Amino acid sequence: MRRMMSAIVALMLLALPAAHAVQPDEIMSDPVKEARARDLSRELRCMVCQNQSIDDSDAPLARDLRLLVRERIAAGDSNSQVLDFLVARYGEFVLLKPRFERQTMLLWLLAPLLLAGGGFALWRQNRRRAQEGADVPTPPLTPDEQARLAALMSEDAKSS
Amino acid sequence: MIAEAGHYALVLALALALIQSFVPVIGARLRDPALMNVARSTALAQLLFVGASFIALVTLHVNSDFSVANVYENSHSMKPLIYKITGVWGNHEGSMLLWVSILALFGGLVAAFGNNLPLSLRAHVLAVQAWIASAFYLFILITSNPFLRIANPPIEGRDLNPVLQDIGLAVHPPMLYLGYVGFSISFSFAIAALLEGRIDAAWARWVRPWTLMAWIFLTLGIAMGSYWAYYELGWGGWWFWDPVENASLMPWLAGTALLHSALVMEKRNALKVWTILLSILTFSLSLLGTFLVRSGVITSVHAFANDPTRGVFILLILCLFIGGSLSLFAGRATSLKQGGLFAPISREGALVLNNLLLTVACAVVLFGTLYPLAMEVLADFKMSVGAPFYNLTFVPLFTLLLLAVPFGPMLAWKRGDLLGVTQRLLAAGVAGLVVIAIVWGWTRGGSALAPLAIGLGVFVIAGAVTDMAERTGLFRLPLATTLHRARGLPRSAWGTAFAHAGLGVALIGIVCETTWNSEYIATMKPNDVAQVAGYDLKLDGLLERQGPNYREMVAQFNVSRDGDALSVMTPSKRSFTTRGSSTTEAALLTRGASQLYISLGDVTADGAIAVRIYHKPFVLMIWWGPVLMAFGGMLSLSDRRLRVGAPKPARAKQRLQPAE
Repeated sequence: MRRMMSAIVALMLLALPAAHAVQPDEIMSDPVKEARARDLSRELRCMVCQNQSIDDSDAPLARDLRLLVRERIAAGDSNSQVLDFLVARYGEFVLLKPRFERQTMLLWLLAPLLLAGGGFALWRQNRRRAQEGADVPTPPLTPDEQARLAALMSEDAKSS
Repeated sequence: MIAEAGHYALVLALALALIQSFVPVIGARLRDPALMNVARSTALAQLLFVGASFIALVTLHVNSDFSVANVYENSHSMKPLIYKITGVWGNHEGSMLLWVSILALFGGLVAAFGNNLPLSLRAHVLAVQAWIASAFYLFILITSNPFLRIANPPIEGRDLNPVLQDIGLAVHPPMLYLGYVGFSISFSFAIAALLEGRIDAAWARWVRPWTLMAWIFLTLGIAMGSYWAYYELGWGGWWFWDPVENASLMPWLAGTALLHSALVMEKRNALKVWTILLSILTFSLSLLGTFLVRSGVITSVHAFANDPTRGVFILLILCLFIGGSLSLFAGRATSLKQGGLFAPISREGALVLNNLLLTVACAVVLFGTLYPLAMEVLADFKMSVGAPFYNLTFVPLFTLLLLAVPFGPMLAWKRGDLLGVTQRLLAAGVAGLVVIAIVWGWTRGGSALAPLAIGLGVFVIAGAVTDMAERTGLFRLPLATTLHRARGLPRSAWGTAFAHAGLGVALIGIVCETTWNSEYIATMKPNDVAQVAGYDLKLDGLLERQGPNYREMVAQFNVSRDGDALSVMTPSKRSFTTRGSSTTEAALLTRGASQLYISLGDVTADGAIAVRIYHKPFVLMIWWGPVLMAFGGMLSLSDRRLRVGAPKPARAKQRLQPAE
């Protein structure tokens, strides 16, 4: 069965189980709070699913988490308090957007570092080549290529 | 009998691939044309045998021969014919067979149409192709043989996963594989160039059409998969930053960079080393994608550790090819001399910027995909990386890229005039600003960034139009001259314009859909009316229907707007008896570029049904964009200059005559 599963997941780039996510009976009566709950749900992982947020998943666990998020919001928690509560309970794994800390620093800084590094390398190369000056001469043709060139030239001469 | 024949054909293909791996290389060493030409025959024969093997598997599936394990596990006698065929690649073994078939197809194409390549280059290219092919034939024969028999054949099969019984499956994986595997050609060309120790602008000209072809298929394949997920998975999402999607996005990003750097190399003989490296990286990322999805390592590190045969085998292939090619690169790259100087502000400079941004974006996706795995294994720290992370990191990079896109094609080679180009793009910039103002004034709600992003999309489209208008002299010259010029422009110039405009179109679609999509979630009883984005959807009733291998419950909605009846929408839920699983078939109603989307949930005890109705404004533009990009690619591919094996009509006969 697992083999089957991995095959399906593998083949269909997007093979996630058909989902229904938020159910009508979960929705909070206050639209502002509901919107906050939806936003938070998109940042929280359904831990038994494959890379799905609890907003997208119809697994029972995702439903429990959605209800829990709404419970916390109803109790007056701020967004970050809700997230703290869930991290304390389930660990960093629950966050789809990892926090910036020691273990995740490299991940977050990757893009700026690479951009800066790449830009610096390009600048240096440009300066070095400006100093070196003219184009590097192209290597001479090999005898094979000479023959090929001669053949092409004579073709051109004929057809024109 | 058919199964055994298919199996045997695959073994023969392996034997041919092994010959093709060594003989041409030896031939190139000895400068023996006969030995080098062996590659051509073996590549064509390989295509024949792998093709036979693939057809054998298709035949087994069509005949529902349940004595073959692969057919038993993935087919059902009642399944419609089309899904019997597409089910061939709806499973691990079959999809690997499709993978090698496509590899053989590309090898065969190089062999058949590569007459204008220097003999030793062709021999090396085909030999490298054969190395890859041998590795994957061995993989299939040792770990994933699709032709295995069952001792006591069961009477009925276990059916294909219902989610995969869809026309999307017929098209999406083959397209994607044509893209993935197509990049093997540029890889082989790169390795061949390193082996030969020389590379020039002509090399780039030979490589570009193949890269372009692979890129077109990959673009369409990804778009196809995204649309399939959108309508089949039932909650209207179209991109999830799932590792499996990332696996296809990474080669696309690298491949797009490769297309652009090969252009610099062809036109200006610069960026050689970088282009070679990108060719290697692009295909390495394709291989990595294959590893990630095939080994199960994504689902969980533990799943991989429990059943490691396949994963370890692919990991070995991966290390061998990536490690080998990168060491070869490290050893040989310095001997490739750079040519073609250019100022930072120039067409080359713009293309370098494109490459920098695309590569960094690709690295971000790569890190996002692998970082959690690495942290779990190395630091025992479980973490997730999902959509919110990519939105924060990937989006700024693409914003920068899109800002630069209109400038690129308008800058001159070698030394460009940024101020001049800015002036020429003034109209496009103004168009963008006007749209920002209009969107700001007219819409309510949503992010403040949305109008800006739409303005950016308009700027990119208008920039592409400006470029074409200038080249054809539109509004400056008489219309007849403009038309004449438009016809005379290289098709690749048109291709660039369409592809770049496609980026803008997709961006606008993405922004509109995510910002102003409206949603209605409720339980409805017959005769209830839902109001979404100005549409009234009345639930007429529910009925049961019997399909070929499923039962379905269909809900009928009457859609009207301001009292005018528009259409009837019939979303359904199918339950497949054999696997005891069900799928939701969403109903879509297209209005211009926007869509209404209904998908069904469960029936409650009192006969009401849970429904989710979405209005997705301009959602179709998300896929029109990639289609435009692919169309641009095809235009470019049809450019005479790039045509694969372009005929030389006037000279063909004279070629046979001896040179004077």
